[in-house]
Amino acid sequence: MELIDQHTKDIMEGCKVRALDAGLRFEPETLEYIVTNRDLLELTPKLMIPTLYDYWVHDVEVLKEKGRYELYPSNPYETVINTRPAISYYNDNNPDWMNVMIFYHVLAHIDFFQNNLYFRHTWDYDFTGQALSDKRMIAKLRSEKGRWVDYVIEFARSIDNLLGYHAELSRLNHPPLKKTPARMLDYYFDVFLQSIKKVNISEYVKEIERYNESIRTHKQLGEKTFFAEVFRKYPEFDAIFKKSLEEKSKHNLDLIQYLLEHSEFLNKEDNRWMKSVIEVVRKTSLFFQPQIRTKIMNEGWASYWHEKLFLKDDRIKGHEVDFARTHAAVTSMPRVGLNPYALGMRLFYYIEEIADKGKYSIKFRRIQDVAERKRFDEKTAQGQKFVFDLRENLCDFMFVNTFVDQDFVDHYKLFVAGKRLNQDRGVWEYYIKSRKADDYRQMLLDILYHPPHIEIVPEKDENATLHLVHHFEGKPLVKEFIANTMMGIEYLCGRPVQLETSEVVTTSKTRPVSVPLPGVSMPLTEERKEREVKWQRVLYTMKNRKLSKEQL
Amino acid sequence: MNPKLLQIYLELRQRGLTPAQERKIWAELQNSGSHDLADAIGSSGSQAFLPSKVGPYAYNDIFDLQGITAMRSTYHLSLRSIDELLERDKQREKDGFPRKINVGRLIKPRKGGKDKVVIVPTTVEEKFLHDTSFKSDEGESSGGTGDGEEGEVIGEQPVRTPESPGGTGPGQGEGGPHEMESNAYDLGKILTEKFELPNLKDKGKKRSLTRYTYDLTDKHRGFGQLLDKKATLRKIIETNVHLGNLPDVSRIDPTRFLVSPNDKVYRILSPEKDYESQAMVFFLRDYSGSMAGKSTVLVVAQHVLIYSWLLYQYAMQVETRFILHDTEASEVPDFYTYYNSKVAGGTQVSSAYRLVNDIVEKENLIRDYNIYIFHGTDGDDWDTDGKESLPQLKKMLTYANRVGITIAEHALESTQKSEVEKYLKKSGLLEEKPKLLRLDVMQEDADEPRLIEGIKHLISE
Repeated sequence: MELIDQHTKDIMEGCKVRALDAGLRFEPETLEYIVTNRDLLELTPKLMIPTLYDYWVHDVEVLKEKGRYELYPSNPYETVINTRPAISYYNDNNPDWMNVMIFYHVLAHIDFFQNNLYFRHTWDYDFTGQALSDKRMIAKLRSEKGRWVDYVIEFARSIDNLLGYHAELSRLNHPPLKKTPARMLDYYFDVFLQSIKKVNISEYVKEIERYNESIRTHKQLGEKTFFAEVFRKYPEFDAIFKKSLEEKSKHNLDLIQYLLEHSEFLNKEDNRWMKSVIEVVRKTSLFFQPQIRTKIMNEGWASYWHEKLFLKDDRIKGHEVDFARTHAAVTSMPRVGLNPYALGMRLFYYIEEIADKGKYSIKFRRIQDVAERKRFDEKTAQGQKFVFDLRENLCDFMFVNTFVDQDFVDHYKLFVAGKRLNQDRGVWEYYIKSRKADDYRQMLLDILYHPPHIEIVPEKDENATLHLVHHFEGKPLVKEFIANTMMGIEYLCGRPVQLETSEVVTTSKTRPVSVPLPGVSMPLTEERKEREVKWQRVLYTMKNRKLSKEQL
Repeated sequence: MNPKLLQIYLELRQRGLTPAQERKIWAELQNSGSHDLADAIGSSGSQAFLPSKVGPYAYNDIFDLQGITAMRSTYHLSLRSIDELLERDKQREKDGFPRKINVGRLIKPRKGGKDKVVIVPTTVEEKFLHDTSFKSDEGESSGGTGDGEEGEVIGEQPVRTPESPGGTGPGQGEGGPHEMESNAYDLGKILTEKFELPNLKDKGKKRSLTRYTYDLTDKHRGFGQLLDKKATLRKIIETNVHLGNLPDVSRIDPTRFLVSPNDKVYRILSPEKDYESQAMVFFLRDYSGSMAGKSTVLVVAQHVLIYSWLLYQYAMQVETRFILHDTEASEVPDFYTYYNSKVAGGTQVSSAYRLVNDIVEKENLIRDYNIYIFHGTDGDDWDTDGKESLPQLKKMLTYANRVGITIAEHALESTQKSEVEKYLKKSGLLEEKPKLLRLDVMQEDADEPRLIEGIKHLISE
C-alpha cells in the first residue's frame, strides 16, 4: 500500500476546499492509499482496517450465503474507513476526473462519519491505533495461551451482534442524569408504594398531599423533610431503593458486558486475560454498528454530494459525459432491486425540495385541498439546512420511516416487487406487488439490518442457569446456529444457559411444492396449499455442551 | 419430438404403464433440450431475467463506485494453510468443541458465464440471527422502479437453471485440468482425514505398483553418456567467479576460462520408476430430461468427491472414464464435458451399463485394473422393471470391485420409491452381494454432510 502521488493529493485538497465551502464539515487531515488486488485480498477479511487483530477465520473462505449481512454488520468492501485521520483506498489507474468524483464521494462519507450522531462513540479516538494495540495484545496472549485465545475470540464473536449499541449511544448522547432525590421520589411513589407496599388509593393520595405540604412549608428542604418521615415509617426503604438502582444498572448490560461482570469463570484469576480479548471483540463490533444502520443514508448522502460538487467543479470541464455514464451506473434505480446509492440520493433530493417549499410544517399538513397542497410553496430556502440536520440526527430506520411517502413513491415510480412461483412455466415471476407508500416503506424496513432482541433475565441465584429471552418479532432464529452459539455462551459463562425463543411449528399441511420441468405443460394434479405458520415458544438448554429443547 | 424416443415410448406403452410412469415419460419426451455443453448464460435461448443485487447491503464503494473487480482469493491462498486448519479442527474435537471446517466449493465467475470451481475449506461463524427464509413459498419482496400496473409481471427467471446443470464444473482455461487434479487430490485427503472415509485396504494387492524404465534423466559430474552443455557452462562460470577469474561480468572472455574436470555435467542413464494405474473408475450420469436441476447438481457433486477420494487413495494413479446416458449412452472424454452437458431426452439405464460392459470387455480392463463404477440418477427408468438393466448389472458385478448407485429423488416423488430403487431391491442383488453393490437413496435437497454420508456408504468396506 502506498500513498497517492502529489498530483492526485493536490486534486484531493482542491476537493476539500470546495466541499468545505459547500457546507460539509470534516477534519482536514486524510490519508489516501493506492491499493492493489493483493492489498485488497488482505484488507477485506479485516474489514478494510489494516490493523485489525488476526483470527484464523479471516484466512478461510467464510460461507457467505446465509445471513451474510446479518452476520457481518461491517462492509468488507468499504472505500473509506472511519478513523482519525480518515483512510481511503483507491485504484491506481483512475483518471483524474474520476478521482474527483470519488474524492467528493469519500469526503461526504467522512462528513457523515464525523457528524452523524450514531457515530458519536467513534469520535474520540482513532480506531486503527486502538486496533493496533489490541492486535499486539492478542498476539502476545496467543503466544502464551495458544489456541484458547481463538476459542475466546470465537465465542465472543458469536454474540457480538447482541450489543447494547443503543445503550452505549444513549450514555454518550444523554442529558446529564437527574439527581438522586428525584429518582428516589419517583421510585417511592411509582414503585415502592404501589408495587411493594401496595397501599390503597386514599393512603397514596394522602402521601402525595403530605409531600406537597412539606414542599410548601419547607421550600428548599421540603424533600429532605419528606423523606426523613419516610425513612422513619419504612426503615427498609433505603435498602430497597439502593438495590433497585443496582438491579437497574445490571439490567442495562448487554450479554457480553453481563458475562464480563458476572461470569465466575471469566473472573477466575487464571481466566482474567479472556476478559481483555472479549473487550476487544466487543469494541470492534461496536465500532462497526453505525455503518450498517446508516447504509442508505450514508451512500445517499455521498452520492448526493458527489453529484452536486462534481458538476460545479471547474477543474473537470470536458468530462461531463464520462461522469454522467459512471454516475448513472452507480445511482440508477434498478428495475428490481434496492440500490442504496440511488434510493438514498433521491430521498435527499426529494426532502430538500419539499423542505425548500416549507412543506414539512404544520401549516402544510393542515391543508386538505389537493390543488392547494400542490401549489404550496413558501420559498423558505431551508432545504439545504434541513438535509444537513437529517444527516446529523437520523439513521436508516428513521430516514425511511419518516420520509418515504406516497409523493416520493409516485415521483420516482417506485413499487414493491414480488416474486412468485409460476408452476406451469417453471419460473419465478417478478411482478409489481404494490405501489402504495406504506407497503414500500414496510418492505424497506423489513430489509434493514435488525439483530434479534435478546435479553438477560436477572437471576436471584448467581450460580443458576443464565436465562436469555428472545423477544419475538415475527421471525425465528436460524436454527443451525443456535447450538454452537449457546455452547460459546456456556463456555464464557461457566454455567448452563437457557434460551427462550419462538419457532415455526411444521404442520402436516406444509409440503414443499415441487416444480415441474421447464417447458412441460402437463398439468400437475397436486393442489398448492397455503403455508400456515404457527408459532410455538420453546426453551433451549445448553448444559455441559449438550443442547436440549422443550416446548413451553 | 425425437421419433426414436417416441417409438420406444409407444413400445413401452404397449407393455403397459401406470399413469405416473406415463406422465414422467411424457414429460421427458416433451423436453426439447439437447446435450450441448453449458457455457455462456443465455445460450439456452430463454430470456433469463436476473434481478440486480438483493439488498441495499450488497452494494459497496469498491465495486460499484470504483469498479475494482475480481477480488477473490486464489485457490492457493485459500489452501495455504489447509493442513493447519485440519489440525486445528482435530484439536477442536479433542477440546470438546464441534468441528468447524467444511469442504465447500467456491465458484469463481468467469467471463462468458464459464464459472470455475475450486474446492476450498469454508466455515461459518454462528450467531443468533433472524431467519427470513421460514416462509418459503413466496420469494422475498424487493424494491423496483419503472412503469407498470400493480399485478403486472415484469420478468421471469427459471427456477431450475438447466443451462448449468453441473453447477460445479471443473474449470477450464489456464492450468485448468492440472488445477482440478491437484484440487481433487487435496479434497480427497481432506475427505479421508476429516470425514474419516475409509482407507482402501487392498491397495496394490492385484499388481505391483511400479516397474522401471531407463532414461537419460540423472545428472552426473565428471563422466556420463551425454554432455549437458548449458549446465556445464554454468558450472564453469561459477568456478571462475569463485576463482576471481571474472573481473568484469559485462565483458566475459570465454577463452580465459579455467575449466575443472568436475565442471563437466553429464546426463547418465538411470532407472526411473514408472507408475502404473491401479484403478479404473467409471462415472455414469443420467442426463435425461428429468434430471434437470438439483438432482444433477447432487450427483455431480458426489461424483467429484468420490473421484477426489479415489485420487488420494491411489496416490493420483486413477484412470477415469465418463459416461453419460439418456436412452443411449456415450462416453465423453473429460470431466468438463461430463459435468457440463445439459440434460435432455429419455431414460434407459441399461444403455449405460451395457456400454461399460462393452468397454471393459473390449479393452480387457479386468486383467489390469481395480474397477469402480459409480452411477448417479434420479431413479427414473423407462425400463420400469429392470428387464434390461438387471442382466447388465449382474454382468458388471462379476468383475467390478464396487458398483455404487446414487439415486437423488425428486421431492415430488419422495413418497413412492423410484423405478431403479424398486427393481434393484426386488432383484435381491443388494443383499446377495453387499460388498460389491451399494445403493444410496437421498432426497433432492440433501446437504453436504448427507452427501458425505452417502459416499461413506457407497465406498465403505
